[in-house]
Amino acid sequence: MTDDTKPGPAGSEGAEHLALSKTGALAPLLLLAGITLFAVLGFIENQPPYLPVEGVLAAVPHSPSEFPALFDKDDSLLGLDGGGTDGGMVAVAGPPFSRNIFPCMDCHGEADLPPNPVRRELVDKHAAIKLINHDEEHRWCLDCHDLKDRDSLHLAGGELVPFTESYRLCGQCHGPQYKDWKIGIHGKRTGYWNGAKRYLLCVNCHNPHNPHFAPLKPLPPPVRPHFLRAIDRPEVKPPVLLPDGGPSTPLGTGVEPAAEPEKKKEESHDK
Amino acid sequence: MTSNGHPLPVLGASKHSCSSEPKNEVEEFPADPDNSPEQEVEARSRREFLANMGLAAAGVLAGCSEEQREEFLRKKFTELKPAEVAERIARLTAEVQKKWNKTATISSAGPMEGVLFGYGLDLSRCIGCRRCEYACVKENNQSRDPQSHWIRVLEMEKGRGVDLEMGNPYYDPALVPDPDHFYVPVACQQCSHSPCTRVCPVGATWMEPDGIVVIDYDWCIGCRSCMASCPYGARHFNWAEPNVPAEELNTNMHVLGNRPRPKGVVEKCTFCIQRTREGRYPACVEICPVGARKFGNLLDPESEISKIIKQKRVFVLKSGLRTEPKFYYFYGL
Repeated sequence: MTDDTKPGPAGSEGAEHLALSKTGALAPLLLLAGITLFAVLGFIENQPPYLPVEGVLAAVPHSPSEFPALFDKDDSLLGLDGGGTDGGMVAVAGPPFSRNIFPCMDCHGEADLPPNPVRRELVDKHAAIKLINHDEEHRWCLDCHDLKDRDSLHLAGGELVPFTESYRLCGQCHGPQYKDWKIGIHGKRTGYWNGAKRYLLCVNCHNPHNPHFAPLKPLPPPVRPHFLRAIDRPEVKPPVLLPDGGPSTPLGTGVEPAAEPEKKKEESHDK
Repeated sequence: MTSNGHPLPVLGASKHSCSSEPKNEVEEFPADPDNSPEQEVEARSRREFLANMGLAAAGVLAGCSEEQREEFLRKKFTELKPAEVAERIARLTAEVQKKWNKTATISSAGPMEGVLFGYGLDLSRCIGCRRCEYACVKENNQSRDPQSHWIRVLEMEKGRGVDLEMGNPYYDPALVPDPDHFYVPVACQQCSHSPCTRVCPVGATWMEPDGIVVIDYDWCIGCRSCMASCPYGARHFNWAEPNVPAEELNTNMHVLGNRPRPKGVVEKCTFCIQRTREGRYPACVEICPVGARKFGNLLDPESEISKIIKQKRVFVLKSGLRTEPKFYYFYGL
């Protein structure tokens, strides 16, 4: 395109073309740049996880010590006889009875409370127990609980099963889950991976009258990277010995907790 | 080219300069200012120079405290003799005593014979309650502020499937599981072909015979190459001195695991090496309220994890990278 200044019929035509294309090329370029800029800005704004413009700010660090009920007890090895390749003992947790409800025959064994095998809505006692999401259309109490021996459950064939072996009853219908539970795929196990373990009964996690696993409140989210405190401050105070020579004072964090995150919180809101 | 007018050393040009002017190497580092004659310079060997440096270093070190000297002269963990491991444990125990006024039990238990650890996570069970994240923090003495979480639970849209780039670790609904989402907890995948151990320039991270990828926190130089190479974001850097309050310190430690880490090193999940080498389940397995987390010996055909691999639909994250993780996700349903 160096010969556009040359005179001549073809040249003048070319020059005209060039002038057109110069202005013509700039406009779409600018347009394109504008569109790209908007697209990029829009894309950044619509990234849900990385900007706290929507949803959770996640600015304050939380520690497991805030949830003592969850993390302070460590009884997973209680009653287990240790690890080892021999398999060890297997302990199964007890059934989660309500307080003062077992043995059932304390009440059901009394003479003025004869067994009533007729399917009905319970109104006086146990009225609060409603089957939810467990084939309530077809099932009722005595399909699992035994009519005569209320301290036991019974299988479909009539065999009595204690509450501590209720998994056999559940396994009648939930075969795949029962199979998986027996080999440790379904359900929780604690203890030793190479030895003694504690299993949970089905009913420890699934309320037999409402078996869907109950939703939980999640623990707080982790801190977003831009709220992470990454500068050095006095971290853990050195232990201070008490004058009476007793145990040293617990070590504080040496940091005023929410001072900095609060400040950053405001900044991010401004954005 | 005179020796005085020698240009600045150029990368890749050393071969040439060495062969034509062997004296340059010495002249660049004059050992003594009054040794101007060239013959004398030539007579000084590199070995002698280094020996002098060594003496000087020893002199400097003599003025240091015991700990500083130990820190300077320490060796790689993989090269330590048993007695030296015991020395290191003694030093770490003393450090814990000094900083937290607590007595730590630091184990150096080695891998068990015939054991290769594997982990299973049931995605159809996980409800995203984040219990594992915090149990891990407590068990492994991770910094509370600045916060360090080795486990990240990613919330994903049900319609999208496992899409790590769109995973949101900051979800916070009132109750989980959210009906429109599922959850994928991600920590170190303990790869068999681990990119992190390959890129480490100083050999401070390696895979143990039982499959756990560990870090020598005394040897790590904090270059973060491993973090850049990890496709799972599983490695975490201590930007500041880790902060663990004394009353929350877990004193059951392993020298390659949850021992206190200094500022400026990279740290990661070790399958709770301090627990699993004693035969116990990792902390995240024990806390999981839905029993979604499974752990065991891949070489034992009767173990839970072996049965899962045989019987369930198992996959690993980013399998196309051929990192061969030993962390298997599966659908129990």
